[in-house]
Amino acid sequence: MKADPKGVLTGAIFLDGDHACAEGAIAAGCRFVAGYPITPSTEVVERIADRFPLIGGMFIQMEDEIASSIAIQGAVWGGKKAMTVTSGPGFSLMMEHIGLAAMTEVPCVFVDVQRGGPSTGLPTLPGQGDMMQARWGSHGDYGIIALCPNSPQECFDFTIKAFNLSEQYRVPVLLMMDECVGHMTERVIIPPADQIELYPRRYYDGPKEEFLLFKPDKDMVPPIVKAGDGYNIHVTGLTHDEKGYPAMTVPAQEKLVRRLIDKIKLNADKIVEYKEEQVEGADVVVVTYGITSRVAIPAIEQARAEGMKVGHLRLIVAWPFPEKRIKELASKVKAFVVPEINYGQMVLEVERHVAGKARVELVGHGGGAVHNPKDIYNVIKNSVKG
Amino acid sequence: MAEDLIDVNESMPTNTVEEYLRMDRMPHIWCPGCGIGTTVNCFAHALEQSNLDLQKVAIVSGIGCTGRVAGYINLDSFHTTHGRAIPFATGLKLANPELKVVVYSGDGDLTAIGGNHFIHAARRNVDMTVILINNFIYGMTGGQVAPTTPLTATASTTPHGNFEDSFNLPYLAESCGAVYVARWTAYHVRHTTKAIKEALAKKGFSFVEILAPCPTLFSRRNKLGDGLDQMKYFKEQSEIKNDIDTKTASLSFQGKITVGKFVDRERPTYLDAMNEYYGKKFGDKYTPYNG
Amino acid sequence: MVETEQKKKGLGSVVINAERCKGCGFCVEFCPTDAMKLSDQYNAKGYHPPVLVSPEKCNGCNMCGLQCPDFAIYGFMFKKKQK
Repeated sequence: MKADPKGVLTGAIFLDGDHACAEGAIAAGCRFVAGYPITPSTEVVERIADRFPLIGGMFIQMEDEIASSIAIQGAVWGGKKAMTVTSGPGFSLMMEHIGLAAMTEVPCVFVDVQRGGPSTGLPTLPGQGDMMQARWGSHGDYGIIALCPNSPQECFDFTIKAFNLSEQYRVPVLLMMDECVGHMTERVIIPPADQIELYPRRYYDGPKEEFLLFKPDKDMVPPIVKAGDGYNIHVTGLTHDEKGYPAMTVPAQEKLVRRLIDKIKLNADKIVEYKEEQVEGADVVVVTYGITSRVAIPAIEQARAEGMKVGHLRLIVAWPFPEKRIKELASKVKAFVVPEINYGQMVLEVERHVAGKARVELVGHGGGAVHNPKDIYNVIKNSVKG
Repeated sequence: MAEDLIDVNESMPTNTVEEYLRMDRMPHIWCPGCGIGTTVNCFAHALEQSNLDLQKVAIVSGIGCTGRVAGYINLDSFHTTHGRAIPFATGLKLANPELKVVVYSGDGDLTAIGGNHFIHAARRNVDMTVILINNFIYGMTGGQVAPTTPLTATASTTPHGNFEDSFNLPYLAESCGAVYVARWTAYHVRHTTKAIKEALAKKGFSFVEILAPCPTLFSRRNKLGDGLDQMKYFKEQSEIKNDIDTKTASLSFQGKITVGKFVDRERPTYLDAMNEYYGKKFGDKYTPYNG
Repeated sequence: MVETEQKKKGLGSVVINAERCKGCGFCVEFCPTDAMKLSDQYNAKGYHPPVLVSPEKCNGCNMCGLQCPDFAIYGFMFKKKQK
């Protein structure tokens, strides 16, 4: 399915990451956004609020992030593609509803423009401290998808990708931006609508009498209907059976929760995405994501210039994590170096899959700025020595 | 005239409310003497009398004893998170304005954890009907004090009696902008049915508070007898005062209960206000939003 | 178990689903014509369901049906016989 040309600003334009995200949402067909102001994410909803009236969209500034994160789910059941946007403190408030969206399999997008934390932290300055929260923030067990753009162009592209993945797997998708990417202005190329591929919502088209709201297809994802379609659906955050009725038993829990996890885990090969550069034959692989993937480049180049064999693996999809690839590389390299603007989150995941076969070095940063590439370089240099 | 009577099969008429309920989920979870079921009965009758296209009616509940209502109603039904039925309903309604959206939840859900959403939906005049069952207590979690628990009543978290003032919900709803406000009790089944019917027909944020017995966790702890005793109290102490100043409609522990239709007025809904405003602002460039 | 009390003495009657009843007594208490009482019998769950003890008094107003929190009773009016 191709994008609706209405609202797609085809061409090359200068945009910051927040505005590019808004344009990505519009191109993806998102026509319902609920949000609450919070730095450094607010420019996303400001642009949406400006653009929506003339392209048939509904923007509502809700009374808080809790309301925003569930209003979008009501909107999805009403038939819209929907998104909410926030930053750290608001992301924390949204956790319960990320769980609801996972449990009731609502395709929707949550954008988190990360800033320094914890708590109010550094509202105007970058951080990458919400990565584990993105994976595990809501209570209970569930599968999730999280993407990490590193440029305004990717804020545009990955917002579309986030909508597509959410529709394909009926899962909330998290776009994990950061303040740097959000406020960085660069050239963004918006293709013509007919070159933007969208994954259509998986509406049920079988016989009405056989319909079950949570009966999965072969890929473990159930087709959906919307309110008003005449199916008298029941949707609950309680553990439920395929009909959607509460079923609070051990077997029902096992069946449902296992599927919520497996539909991501067993489809991970199709979802996982990363970019590799000179990884083959490398002694050290630098694993990065988001803004840090750009900050690491001078460090990697300097090391290479000095003859070190350094590869670069950049996570595009952070969750699910590319565990197979890390496992493969673990037996081939001396060390992994993981720079991130926190004191060790994704590095834990790298360590888990390396499982002692190579050294794993964190280059931590408390937030408020990006790394000095020199700090990354030093760790690479020490790692190559072994 | 006989023909005006209910047209039933003489040998075995059917209970007309069953069509509106998920009978495959009965019996429901509510205690003997709980009034929630009675209000659901009234709701079903109101639907029956409403002439609404039921395919386009959706019901949204939060969490708690009343939060379970959505699960028993044979409409598109959503059992959401604690306190958040109203923002969910806001999204649903604004995404598809063709739907008639009903929020059906309890006093704790809608006015404690969900209080912020309640006041803002009323302020915006989002087109929805909010039916609030007030049983003065948190039932599902075991009888804790609520924003509606009357002064001096005991609850599991006010074992020595409650000293916090409670909400006067009709006054709250009116002052925030609700266009229809009524209060009845589970005893007043015909009035309640009529009020729900009127609220469903009203465009904008309509609000019906229904007092209901909680025999297990309110009446028993407060030595007020069972559900039937609470219903008798509602019958004996209620005073119908339509159109009064809602400021005077406060409730007290086992005191007089003011019931009636208090507010019925017109205000532009969120959507109408938006469409009108943008229509003026953008002229021909603007296509009114209708989902 | 569905019991139908159709003695056609009054203008109407009630249908009682005794197994669904939780014995709250709302129907008996608020019957405008005082036509019912709670049975001495128990249902399977141990509650006393209502019985129509004075069918001649029942006018089928369905106050019991509206009051019932368990959808276990409803009243109906008899159709006038065709002449």
